[in-house]
Amino acid sequence: MESVAEIEAAAEKLTREAGMDEDEGFRVVMAVREAAVNAVLHGNNYDPKKQVTASFENTGKSLVITIADEGEGLDPATLPDPLAPENLLRGTGRGIFLIRSFLDEVHFRQLHPGTELTLIKHLSPAVNNEKDLDMK
Amino acid sequence: VALSISTRQLDGVTVLDLSGRITLGEGSVQLRDAIRDLISKGVKNILLNLGDVNYIDSSGLGELVSAFTTAKNQNADVKLLNLTKKVKDVLQVTKLYTVFDIYDDEASAIASFK
Repeated sequence: MESVAEIEAAAEKLTREAGMDEDEGFRVVMAVREAAVNAVLHGNNYDPKKQVTASFENTGKSLVITIADEGEGLDPATLPDPLAPENLLRGTGRGIFLIRSFLDEVHFRQLHPGTELTLIKHLSPAVNNEKDLDMK
Repeated sequence: VALSISTRQLDGVTVLDLSGRITLGEGSVQLRDAIRDLISKGVKNILLNLGDVNYIDSSGLGELVSAFTTAKNQNADVKLLNLTKKVKDVLQVTKLYTVFDIYDDEASAIASFK
């Protein structure tokens, strides 16, 4: 779980340096953390031999974060809707939903092996701060 | 410690004052253990004061839901008090805001158990 904390800290830094307000920043950081947890837990199944790779970029117009695992892959279309009445009281299944709710764009790409999520949050006013950082 | 929990009794209600984060591998397990402990002792009225909880993730939400359903199955009640803006935001997005009995002031929350 150290990699989750590391990715979360990097996302916090990214949102802070982009000048996002606290509420918007929280939403982005939370979405990134959920993606990192999914990568470690569901993607790599806690296998220490498998890596989670993350990159963070501020393009000036958007924050673009990618999180990739080396797991068996995920088909987002198969995920149950956590807002459906029959799922509302389930203890799990809200991670991807929160990611989608809190960001402007979420893209899934199947790797061989693994899944890569690209998370995009558009910045409102002119912000120009480029950041690129890789973590293994 | 990611989450600290202190317990007090008020008019037949067990109030848990939570402070910190309720997230996977951090506060979630502590919350689960605290609730299970109370339910196993036959406690029926539980109020979670989340006024100092500044972060919750999907795992933490899952624990709140589990606390709610576990309590219901034992004819007990788990209610929420003093949501911070961030926690409220997450509960609203996930529609869990409609599931829980939520209060902004302690006196009303305590009275609601009677």
